[in-house]
Amino acid sequence: MLGYYTRLALKSFGRNPGLTTLMVLAIALGIAVCIMTLTVYHAMSGNPIWWKNDRLYAVTMDNWDPNQPWRPDWTGPPPQMTYKDSQYLFSSNIPERKVVMYSVDGVISGVGSAAPERVSTRLTSADFFAMFEVPFLYGNGWSASADRPAQPVIVLSREENEKLFGGSNSVGRTLRWNDHEFRVIGVLDEWFPRPKYYDLNGGNFAPPDKAYIPQQWGIDLALLNNEDTDCWRAEKVDNYKEFIASDCVWQQMWVELPDAASRERMQSLIDGYWAEQHKAGRFPRARDNRLTNVAQWLRDNKVVDNDNRVLVGLAFAFLALCLINTVGLLLAKFLNGATITGVRRALGASRRQIFVQHLVEVGAVSVVGAALGLLLATLGLAAVHHLYAAAHLGQRGGYQELTHFDVVGVVWAVILAVAATVAAGLYPAWRIGQLPPAVYLKSQ
Amino acid sequence: MLRMHDVSKIYRTDLIETYALRKFSLEVAEGEFVAVTGPSGSGKTTFLNVAGLLEDFDAGSYELEGTDVRRLSDDARSRLRNERIGFIFQSFNLIPDLNVYDNVDVPLRYRRLTAADRDERINSALELVGLASRMKHMPAQLSGGQQQRVAIARAIAGDPAFLLADEPTGNLDSLMSRQVMDLLEQINEMGTTILLVTHDPELARRAQRNVHLIDGQISDFRAYEPRAAAVQAAAPGASGAPGSAFA
Repeated sequence: MLGYYTRLALKSFGRNPGLTTLMVLAIALGIAVCIMTLTVYHAMSGNPIWWKNDRLYAVTMDNWDPNQPWRPDWTGPPPQMTYKDSQYLFSSNIPERKVVMYSVDGVISGVGSAAPERVSTRLTSADFFAMFEVPFLYGNGWSASADRPAQPVIVLSREENEKLFGGSNSVGRTLRWNDHEFRVIGVLDEWFPRPKYYDLNGGNFAPPDKAYIPQQWGIDLALLNNEDTDCWRAEKVDNYKEFIASDCVWQQMWVELPDAASRERMQSLIDGYWAEQHKAGRFPRARDNRLTNVAQWLRDNKVVDNDNRVLVGLAFAFLALCLINTVGLLLAKFLNGATITGVRRALGASRRQIFVQHLVEVGAVSVVGAALGLLLATLGLAAVHHLYAAAHLGQRGGYQELTHFDVVGVVWAVILAVAATVAAGLYPAWRIGQLPPAVYLKSQ
Repeated sequence: MLRMHDVSKIYRTDLIETYALRKFSLEVAEGEFVAVTGPSGSGKTTFLNVAGLLEDFDAGSYELEGTDVRRLSDDARSRLRNERIGFIFQSFNLIPDLNVYDNVDVPLRYRRLTAADRDERINSALELVGLASRMKHMPAQLSGGQQQRVAIARAIAGDPAFLLADEPTGNLDSLMSRQVMDLLEQINEMGTTILLVTHDPELARRAQRNVHLIDGQISDFRAYEPRAAAVQAAAPGASGAPGSAFA
């Protein structure tokens, strides 16, 4: 009977092409808006390393001005640390892995005939790659022994390696970074965590850096952060040495703590250090030292703000409106065919059979609507891609990377579309079978 | 086969009550051909709808092949309509976007017959009405008489015990009307009981028995053929006396 009902559904579409088109469009539009909004929301709010959420922690200490917060809308410590605080904590053996880092603009040259190129470079420590599970295409990162004294080793992003070495295995090749010779020891594979949780300073969805070198190079070469540096205290900062000794915050610090015991010990260490420094006149605000996991980190930094959440709510409200509209259109369509339904009832169709027949028709409409909705969502997301592409001219990453489906998302979207439409069609399909057959036949 | 006793059907609005049938009683024996006549608004169609389980009634009793229909669920009524009753309507009521074959197939689909069984029945029915060569035609491609013959084929394809025809010639010219009546007589001779509603006394005369309704009640009853009288005499409760439908 399912095949028979499907055939009847297709004939019914042909009987009322206008109404059918309206229904399909209503469903498709509602689904497309929902998919687009959910996709962007998912990309913007997802935890890219959710499986390590209870192991990775951002370290922050509130060394800020006692008279005002770090930002007007901010409660809690600044998201970055001073150099001296991060260096002290970095010396601890409590964490399984630890990272201090910041980003600078470097210049790469000396590779064939390629012109010198300014590249965003992350100055970081050896554990960065293992801690954040960064994939390698060739080679690997450096060991802790290369951190200090800083060895001239460099890891390139895949994109940068393609530009400099044509994508070949460049491990062992040399280049010049800020006029110093560096040896390539690793090339990253495709890696674009969204959002860029480990460093939100350059934008939540900024692309990863193009090169990575040991952090001490920055100190040795007196390089300044190319992202946020915040200072509050009126102190003398006339040179780099005074800068790194100041209370300016410009370093990110992350630790990997495998269990509650190590978290406790790390927290105690930080609190003990704070107490010492507080006695010496630093940390004038109330103690607020934090170990923040990734999910909470994203919430604290408002990676997804209320506007996005409201937008998701509005998208679902729009879908509900489209489905209510569809209910009305379905009722109109089914009642338009009431005489034929009456004839079928007279010929022996039960209410249940009429209900199932019309539900199959609703199902067919929902499948077509869902398919069209997916197509519209794809086009819509491509439009978002195009809209934001100008902000990242010539670069991979950025908002371009936000706008792709994942298989699970598409499957859920289709299920949502079909289920929602069938649910919307339950009442009209039930209603058409309830009137006594004679009522339809009298209208002849 | 059909036994109605004091059946009443009332249509109520906020202001008035209208008796479409008022203490209506009738017995129809198996194999009979009964014509129901009466002026417009006399309750003929309402009687047919109640007889065909298309409408409920408000009082009285109705037994169809010994079954009290008031106790039947919607599923049971639908099954009874599908398996035991065939309908023929004045305006044919063919489904416009199904061809002749598929129109005749409609009641058979709800019986869960095999495809081969359905095909055999459809072919037989269309052969009987003389439209076997028009299976792929759409209703709009047929004349009125041909459409009504398709409707008759649809009604008999399921081999019903009971055929209900509501003004089957109302939209046809005299030639086509005669053809349709010939067909109905042929079907009756094969053993199918027929209830025919008509306002045309000439057509009514072709039935074995005539029941005349006025204001929802039987006002007259007569048989028109010796054959009908013999059927009457043999049928239990049938008297043939004017003014009553049964002894």
